[in-house]
Amino acid sequence: MRLYAVVAAGGFRRYATYRVATAAGVFTNTVFGFVMAYTYMALWQERPRLGGYDTSQALTYVWLGQALLMTCAMMGGGFEDELMERIRTGDIAVDLYRPADLQLWWLAGDLGRAAFHLLGRGVVPMALGALAFDLALPGSPWRWLAFLVSVALGVVVSFAVRFLVALSAFWLMDGAGAMQMAWLAGLFFSGMLLPLNLFPGALGEVARALPWSSLLQVPADVFLGRHTGWDLVRAYAFQAGWAVALLLAGRLLQSVATRRVVVQGG
Amino acid sequence: MAETEAVRVGAAEADRRPEGTAFSDRSRLVEGVRAYGLIVAMWLRSTLAYRASFVMTTVGNFVATAFDFLAIMLMFTHVDALGGFTLPEIALLYGASATAFGLSDLVLGSMDRLGRRVRDGTLDTLLVRPVPVLAQVAADRFALRRLGRITQGLLVLGYALVTLDVEWTPLKVVMLPLMVLSGAAIFGAVFVVGAAFQFFAQDASEVQNAFTYGGTTLLQYPPSIFAQDLVRGVTFVVPLAFVSWLPALYVLGRDYPLGLPGWVAFLPPLVAGASWVLAGLAWRVGLRAYRSTGS
Repeated sequence: MRLYAVVAAGGFRRYATYRVATAAGVFTNTVFGFVMAYTYMALWQERPRLGGYDTSQALTYVWLGQALLMTCAMMGGGFEDELMERIRTGDIAVDLYRPADLQLWWLAGDLGRAAFHLLGRGVVPMALGALAFDLALPGSPWRWLAFLVSVALGVVVSFAVRFLVALSAFWLMDGAGAMQMAWLAGLFFSGMLLPLNLFPGALGEVARALPWSSLLQVPADVFLGRHTGWDLVRAYAFQAGWAVALLLAGRLLQSVATRRVVVQGG
Repeated sequence: MAETEAVRVGAAEADRRPEGTAFSDRSRLVEGVRAYGLIVAMWLRSTLAYRASFVMTTVGNFVATAFDFLAIMLMFTHVDALGGFTLPEIALLYGASATAFGLSDLVLGSMDRLGRRVRDGTLDTLLVRPVPVLAQVAADRFALRRLGRITQGLLVLGYALVTLDVEWTPLKVVMLPLMVLSGAAIFGAVFVVGAAFQFFAQDASEVQNAFTYGGTTLLQYPPSIFAQDLVRGVTFVVPLAFVSWLPALYVLGRDYPLGLPGWVAFLPPLVAGASWVLAGLAWRVGLRAYRSTGS
C-alpha cells in the first residue's frame, strides 16, 4: 500500500514539473471555456431550462468540462502512451518481474496525475469562469465533497478504459488506432461536446448508460445538486459498477496477455 | 532513418547550389518551398508504407471533427436558430472556417513540435542544414491524415451551399474560394507566430492551440452570440474574423459585427498578406533568440 502511495506521489510530482506547460494549458482551457460558454448562453436563451438546467447551471457545466478534461483524461493523454511503448519495445517484461501489481502500479501513477491536473488545470479555469459568468456553485461543503468522490470514481473508470486500450498493444503492436477510437468515444460520450441529457431519444439513453458518462456528466450532475440522497448513492453505484467491471476486464486481459509475452534474447 | 533521409535531401539541395552565391530573398523563398516539397514527399512515402494505419488515422481525423458538427446538429434538435442564425447559415460559417483551418493544419500543423525540438536540442540539426529552418520545421512529420479534417470541412460547406437560401451573384461566388484560401493563410500566420513564441516559451504549445483550435471553434458560431470585446479582439488583434465571419456574412447578406463598413468583407487577402509579413518578422526574432540546450 505504501508503495502505491509513493507511485501516486511520483505521478503527481512528475506532472507538477511542467509549470509553463501547465500555465499554457490553463490558458487554453480558459479560451475554450469562454467560447463554449457563449454558445451555451445563446442556446439557453432560445430554450431556457433545456435539459433541466437553467442558464447558470449550463454555464457551470461548461467550466466543469474544462476543469475535468485533463483530470479525467477525456481526450487521452495519461499513462497509456508510455505503457503501449513499453509493451511494443518489450520493456513490459521487466515490469512483470517487479514485486508490484501491473494494473495497480499504473492506476496509482494515474491517480497522482489526475490529482495534479485537478489542481493545476482545473481550479484556475473554474475560478476565472466564476469571475466572468454567473455560475451555480454549491454552497454546502458536503456537495463539494460528494463531487470530489464522483470525480475520483470517474478517474478510475477513465483509467480502466485506457488500461484496456493500452493492453491491446499486446496484439496490435501499434495501438494508435485503438487509442484514437478511445479518445473519440471519450470526447463524445462523456458529454464534453454537449451534455448527454440533450442527446435525443435512444442515443441519449445509450450515451448515459455507457461508462464515459462517469467522466463528466455524472460528476457535473452531482456538483449541480441533481443527485442527492438515494439518487447520489445510485450515481456512485453506477460509476463504481463500471469501474469494477472494467478493472476486472483489464485484469483478465492482462493475464491472457502476459501469457503471450515472449522475452527475446539478445 | 527519417533523419538521415532528411539530411540527404538537404545535402542534395546544397550540391545544386553554386558556390558563394548570395541568395536574394526571392530565391530563398523558392528554395524554401522546394525543400518543403522534398521533405513532404519523403514523409508521404513513409506514411503510405503503412496504408492500413494511414486509412485508420485519416478516418479517425474525419470522425473527430465530424463530432463537432454533430454536436451543433444535436443543438438544433432543440432550437431553430442560434444567435439568430439557422443551421445552414451556421454550416457556412463552420464549413469555411473548418476547411481553411484544415488546409493550414495540413501544411503547417506540425509546427507545434518546435517546442520539443528546442527542449531536446534536435533543432540544432536543422540549423546546420543548408535549407531554410522554417521549411524544415513546417514539413517535419508531415501528416497526410489531416486530409480527414479538410474532407469534413468541405462536406459541411457543401451541405451549406445546397441548403442555403442565398441570391448568388458572381461576387458572392468568387468570395467562397477567396475566403477559404485567405483564411488558410491567416491561420498559417498564426501557426508561425505560435511556433516563434515557442523559441522563448519552449513547452507552451498549448497556447498555440488556444488560438488555432480555439479560433476555429469560435469562428464556427455566429459573432452575434459573443461579447463585443471578444469580437473586437479577433478582428483587430488576432485577425481571425477575416477568416470566415466577415466574408461569410457578406455572402449571407447579414450585418457585420461592430458596425464595420461593407468593404471589409473583401479584405481577407490583404489581411493574410499583412499577417504573413508580421509572422515572418516574429519568426526571425524567435530564431535569432534561440540558444541551444546546455545539456
